Amino acid sequence: MTRAVHSTLGLGLTALLAVQPCSGGDLQDLHFGEALYYAHQGQYLEALERLDAELGQYRDLDEPQLDSLHFHVGEAQFSVGDFELNYRMHHRAGRAIKAVLEGAVDEAVRNEAAFRLARIHFQKDQLEEALHALDRIQGRIPESIRDEVEFLRANVYLASGRPADAANVLQRLQGADGLTGFAEYNLGIALLHDQRADAALEQLDKAGKIQAQDDAVKAIKDKSNLILGDLLFESNRFERAQLSFDRVRLEGPFSNQALLRSGWAAMSAEQYDRAIVPWTALVERDVTDGAVQEALLALPYAYGKLNVNGRAALMYGRALETFSAEGARVDASIRSIREGKFLKALVREEIRQDKDWVIRLRSLPESPETYYLATLMASHDFQTALQNYLDLEDVRKKLETWQRSFAAFEDIIERRRKNYEPLLPEVDAKFRELDSQIRLRQEQRNNIEKRLHGMLTAPRPDHLATADERIVRERLNEIERALESMPEASIEHERRRLERLQGVLTWQLNTQYHERLTEAYEHLEQLNADIAKMRSQYQAFVRARQAAMHSYVGYSAPITRLRRRVGESLQQVTLVMARQGRVLEMVAINELGIRRDRLESYESQARYAVADSYDRATRAQANAGGQQ
Amino acid sequence: MQKTFWTATFSACCCLWAAIGAADDSYRAQMKGLDEQVQEIKSDVLSIDAELRRLEERLLYPSNTHVALFVALAKGETMRLDSVQIQLDGKLVAHYIYSYKELEALQKGGVQRIYTGNIPTGAHQLEVSVMGKLDGGRDYARSDSFTLDKGVEPKLVGITVAGGEAIQVGDW
Repeated sequence: MTRAVHSTLGLGLTALLAVQPCSGGDLQDLHFGEALYYAHQGQYLEALERLDAELGQYRDLDEPQLDSLHFHVGEAQFSVGDFELNYRMHHRAGRAIKAVLEGAVDEAVRNEAAFRLARIHFQKDQLEEALHALDRIQGRIPESIRDEVEFLRANVYLASGRPADAANVLQRLQGADGLTGFAEYNLGIALLHDQRADAALEQLDKAGKIQAQDDAVKAIKDKSNLILGDLLFESNRFERAQLSFDRVRLEGPFSNQALLRSGWAAMSAEQYDRAIVPWTALVERDVTDGAVQEALLALPYAYGKLNVNGRAALMYGRALETFSAEGARVDASIRSIREGKFLKALVREEIRQDKDWVIRLRSLPESPETYYLATLMASHDFQTALQNYLDLEDVRKKLETWQRSFAAFEDIIERRRKNYEPLLPEVDAKFRELDSQIRLRQEQRNNIEKRLHGMLTAPRPDHLATADERIVRERLNEIERALESMPEASIEHERRRLERLQGVLTWQLNTQYHERLTEAYEHLEQLNADIAKMRSQYQAFVRARQAAMHSYVGYSAPITRLRRRVGESLQQVTLVMARQGRVLEMVAINELGIRRDRLESYESQARYAVADSYDRATRAQANAGGQQ
Repeated sequence: MQKTFWTATFSACCCLWAAIGAADDSYRAQMKGLDEQVQEIKSDVLSIDAELRRLEERLLYPSNTHVALFVALAKGETMRLDSVQIQLDGKLVAHYIYSYKELEALQKGGVQRIYTGNIPTGAHQLEVSVMGKLDGGRDYARSDSFTLDKGVEPKLVGITVAGGEAIQVGDW
């Protein structure tokens, strides 16, 4: 009993740190939202795959402030750490949070990062580092974590052997929202460790009477009562101890222990009939539970004390049968584990769909090996090892799928190559032909633009002459050259006519110049639209051509590299999984061995007690007969 | 979150309390060593996954034809979303029935990628049909049509469902 009290106290202080994925809030980035979608379903590997990729891309951007993740980047960096922590990747989680801590971030964000880092250290039993991280919290602390920071500090103090400091912090947290029950209970434990026994009893009594609606708070209330009862029992205050045990709910996780201890408290107070009540209830419960097994022996012992020896003998007989049957079941379980059925049961898909899979595992008809492992499965180390085994199984399946997908990728690539390679040379030849024509036309267009631009500052009406006008001008120039070789006197009339016609042409070009220039610009605009359309088609073609090429070229090296990496990882996973499985099996067999030894011991006690009870019953009957 | 955290904390306490006589120190040391190795494997797998994702995207969904459709619930929406059906240019591309866990993830702000595929540049018809139950228990069914303009860059489309209101579609 004493050992149980100390174990309970010591272990009761350790806290497993769990974090919830953050909420998307007003979501601006779909990929971040997608990561949250998986995280909210507890699929942290899938969440990490997506968020890692998104953050990686974000960090590679030249102007990250233009990316939609920019709105969530702080939250995303925290989330990566949270997801890693939930996926039991403490090293990476620590690094991710340290990166936030060391970045140029707001004081509140830095304080939250320090708090998260402290939680990771505490979870890994790195108490000095946890305190160091907590000491970095200075200035503005977000309201949502203010009490949690202090509660964590108290827990770290308590685990570091500084119960007085822990008690001081916890005093301030009494009644804190969200910590109801926990702060009260931990204060009781801190006072106890600080050798302030009376204050501890008073505090645990208070914690055992708090108003509770929530299941977790009800459970901590039960635990307070259980420990209070144990402490009172140890100080020989049996009646008060019994009252405390009786406050534990009959359907809670501590009810079996409470019923058992309540009985022992009554026995110690020599109130044997009062021990009968809790133990009678207890013996009807799941026989694989240690408390129930102990009660199977304790109940007839109490009847023996009340001199109801016949009944006691019958009950010892029943206990003997039960221990014998349970011993056989434990042996069967050990054999079953040795045959590898335990690990096979663990990875069954239908079990893992259920969040209470550890409990469900016990009720599987084909896995008797788990009946006695509930206690073991509840331990943090074993749970971590189990979860790791399951994670490895997921990873193994993923790697196998990837390995198969490489052949499909290569098939796609080969089909694309066969489709495109014969087509591309002809397409390229046609393209080169069109490309030179396009370049020529573009050059022509550029020349026209240049000329029109020049005419804005130096007007050149002749440049805007129509085709007919150019022909007329050529003809007039020819006539002029012809007239130059003739005697002046004979061509006087013709020269005047020529000059008049030239004047008409010049007049026409000059007077219509602005109108024509405007018209020329309008035509250039139309040409620009056509050129833009042509450019767009050109670009579309170039992209399509590149896409065709990229659809089958450049994959061989990455596929070879990835295939090798997947193969190596698969080997590693198989190896580590086998080791992990072996350790799980050995620990399970070890635990079952302990349970079998205990059952054997109970069995031999029961065997002796049956005989003794029958003897006493017979003697009592003989004495009664003699008196008559 | 605070309550959940300490609930988890306490569950662990309960578990630990019950774990007297659990794995002994030699096994614990082995488990710790294996835990380190498992963490390394996970890290490697994440790195392979990132590279593989890039390769897959390049190979299967080139940016000029890449289209991805995402489903989200409007902020604070509590309707029970049963199913979403999506047609792209008259062709059924996605029909999804939601589990309770998935619905809960959407209600908490998660976004589901419901379809990834390839379409040519230009205008496309998107038809979204949603079925579910509103808070009061009334059945909810709605179909809306939209036009998608696919450019040369990847097209990411967010479909937001709000019970009793029109389905919203937006570019991201």
